[in-house]
Amino acid sequence: MSMLQIKPVLSALKRHKAGTILIVLQVALTLAIICNALFIIEKRIERMSQPTGMVESNLLTIQNYWAGADTKDIPSLTKSDLLALRQLPGVEDATLMQAYPLSGYSTTEGIRLNPNTRQRISLAQEYFTDDHAIATMGARLIAGRNFRDDEIRFLDPSENAPLPQVIITKALADKVYPDGSALGKPIYIGNNSPSPSTVIGIIERLQAPSPSASFTEYAVLLPALLSGKDGNYLIRSRPGQLSAITKDAPAVLIKLDRMRVFSQDGGVRTFSVVREQAYKSDRGMAILMTAICAILLITTAAGIVGLTSFWVAQRRRQIGIRRALGATQGDILYYFLTENLLIVLGGISLGIALAISLNIWMIIQYEMTMLSLKYVIVSAITLILLGQGAVLMPALRASRVPPIEAIRITSA
Amino acid sequence: MFTYHLRLGLRSLRRNPVLTMLMVLTISVGVASSMTTYAVFRATSHNPIPHKSSQLFVPQIDNVDETATAENDGEPPDMMSYTDAMALMQARRAKLQTALYPIDISVAPSNTSGLPLREISYATYANTFPMFDIPFLYGSGWSTADDEARAAVVVINRALNDRLFGGANSVGRDIVLDNRTYRIVGVMDGWNPQPLFYDVKNVGAFGSAAQIFIPFTRAVDLHIPTSGANLCNTTPGSGWDAWLHSDCTWIAYWVELPDETSATAYRDYLHAYAAEQQRAGRFRWPPNIRLRNVMQWLDYKHVVPAESKISLLVSVGFLLICLVNTVGLLLAKFLRRAPEIGVRRALGAPRNAIYEQFLIEAGAVGLAGGMLGLLMTGAGMFELGLIFEPQIARLATLDASLVALTLCVAVLATVMAALYPAWRAAMVQPAWQLKS
Repeated sequence: MSMLQIKPVLSALKRHKAGTILIVLQVALTLAIICNALFIIEKRIERMSQPTGMVESNLLTIQNYWAGADTKDIPSLTKSDLLALRQLPGVEDATLMQAYPLSGYSTTEGIRLNPNTRQRISLAQEYFTDDHAIATMGARLIAGRNFRDDEIRFLDPSENAPLPQVIITKALADKVYPDGSALGKPIYIGNNSPSPSTVIGIIERLQAPSPSASFTEYAVLLPALLSGKDGNYLIRSRPGQLSAITKDAPAVLIKLDRMRVFSQDGGVRTFSVVREQAYKSDRGMAILMTAICAILLITTAAGIVGLTSFWVAQRRRQIGIRRALGATQGDILYYFLTENLLIVLGGISLGIALAISLNIWMIIQYEMTMLSLKYVIVSAITLILLGQGAVLMPALRASRVPPIEAIRITSA
Repeated sequence: MFTYHLRLGLRSLRRNPVLTMLMVLTISVGVASSMTTYAVFRATSHNPIPHKSSQLFVPQIDNVDETATAENDGEPPDMMSYTDAMALMQARRAKLQTALYPIDISVAPSNTSGLPLREISYATYANTFPMFDIPFLYGSGWSTADDEARAAVVVINRALNDRLFGGANSVGRDIVLDNRTYRIVGVMDGWNPQPLFYDVKNVGAFGSAAQIFIPFTRAVDLHIPTSGANLCNTTPGSGWDAWLHSDCTWIAYWVELPDETSATAYRDYLHAYAAEQQRAGRFRWPPNIRLRNVMQWLDYKHVVPAESKISLLVSVGFLLICLVNTVGLLLAKFLRRAPEIGVRRALGAPRNAIYEQFLIEAGAVGLAGGMLGLLMTGAGMFELGLIFEPQIARLATLDASLVALTLCVAVLATVMAALYPAWRAAMVQPAWQLKS
């Protein structure tokens, strides 16, 4: 007897149409769902692992809001804040920014080489900050130089003054000057600025505040501190000092001036908390999809065990006859394994069709991308192994049916 | 007969505890996951103002050039420029109209040692209060005369009133906002519609309640800028006036139109307004306007998070698989009892009786699955914080209607799953089973 007994298996399955269809259906639906779930999981993990371009350890953020302060007093208030923060024991450096990677809130402008064209080359994130930004964030300057202290000015948020120097990300530099010659060249920020800004430095990477934005790799550092009421202090602590700084820094600021608010939920956060909150729903989706995949596989396995056990019980007599006619225990075992393999393969082919339709629907509805083949293959192999694993117990039980069953009067 | 069948059913379920447990577990897990995700979906797709949602509209006017509009699939900006908002406000073509924008304003501490507070605040018009049916605990909104007088009046929400005045009636008292004194005219009774339809654009659709409203006219006089989105297609010149009269869009504009006729008339008016701007040379493109009511607006702004829809979809798929699984298990279970069925049929039980018995048995399994599913749904509500952002997770609640729905879905789904297995069982030939 050959190990693959496809013909007898098929003719036996014809007598168990309902059960066969049920397993095929279940395998198909399971495949459709786990393919797409795995795909969603990987997309989310991919999104979460995008680098910010910063050294994220030992970094503290404080969202500061000046309560009732006059705009013209804000520059001096800010200066004394920054001085106090930089002098705080355990602080390596500190800076002020309106927004930072993963902070959510963003200001963008179009970047142009010719100020008179309507069409911009790209949108880019504007980071208004000072000469301490690169060191505080831990960004990597790969060409040119940092801002000098004398290049930093204060800017009222409603003012629109062109800034002579800018530092841009490598991605933006390559986008605007594809030949790689951006350093020292002019770019226009916004669409009615009278004079260009010169690229004085290029940093390897700095993500925009919203990681899902299309321009997320394009950022411009501008040498100006905004004198708005709202701002974020970024503080880099010396190694091991972060938790001390988390307590001391807000206290020092309050001592300098009490008329300020650190908002309740986003006020004082270490960068790991910022990251966790920014990707909350992505991680949530990944957890949910993993849980659903796991429970789904268990359910499907349980279903296969249940139905196959029933078939084994129903066919004890036939199995006995086959054993009496010379079939070995192995033959019986292989019979059930083959049967399961055929059913699961049927389910997989239907499931692939379902998975692709579901994916297409999600592409239309949720701007998802095409499902890649590897998820289909991984899911199919998982289901084959699962099916064979689930059928093993009942099949072993079947193989141990003694030949004497052939002549025993059974109640199924 | 029902109790007899129920007794038979329960006995059979006890005879095969592992299989029964497996079915109950399968159904409960499937029901619990769909009900938990449904609770989130229900909360996020909720109509925040059911009795008026079809009468409140967001007009949109295309005031940016074609390239910007093309990038946005031809849709006009979500918000309005000051110029257009004021023109519409002065035309008074709707029954009621209002404009609002979020502001950053601090509340002075009530004593010298306290710290200032920062609350979610808006600048708006008097009409907002009747238009959005805002409930008041004390006092009321300000009047349109206050709008015109650019009065220093304020409406606060209940939580701020509790914090500042210990919950006492504070109408007529003063509070200091950014060093200026405002007279409280009303205390809202905790108004916080979810989704936050009135300003989806800025704070996101789900969040904390706005605590402070001051007149729009006064905020503009004081040069209080928007703390929300400010979209400028052309970078405005320097200074407040240049920005105010630029084509930057930052104002949420709402109109109340009580019926279809007035909505059509208003749409015509918007079209005529845009055509007029084109003739005047301000717009270099033909009229491109929209008028969406609350639910159309929430739908357009994709307020229901994609996460909520996808997880609901996947959970329903999961429930479907659980049911297919249950069909298989029931089939195995029922057919295993073919000899017993044969005996009962031979003793005179009609087919319907067999059918009924098995459906009742399935119903009992479904009910057990539903109860266990209910416990799991309850547990799932606590775990929602793992999956959704906190402001969304806390909206989902296990209320009476969800309890009833969970049990109904469980029982109905299981009975439906049993239809075919029960039919197969009822078709058992008595003679066949009695022969051997």
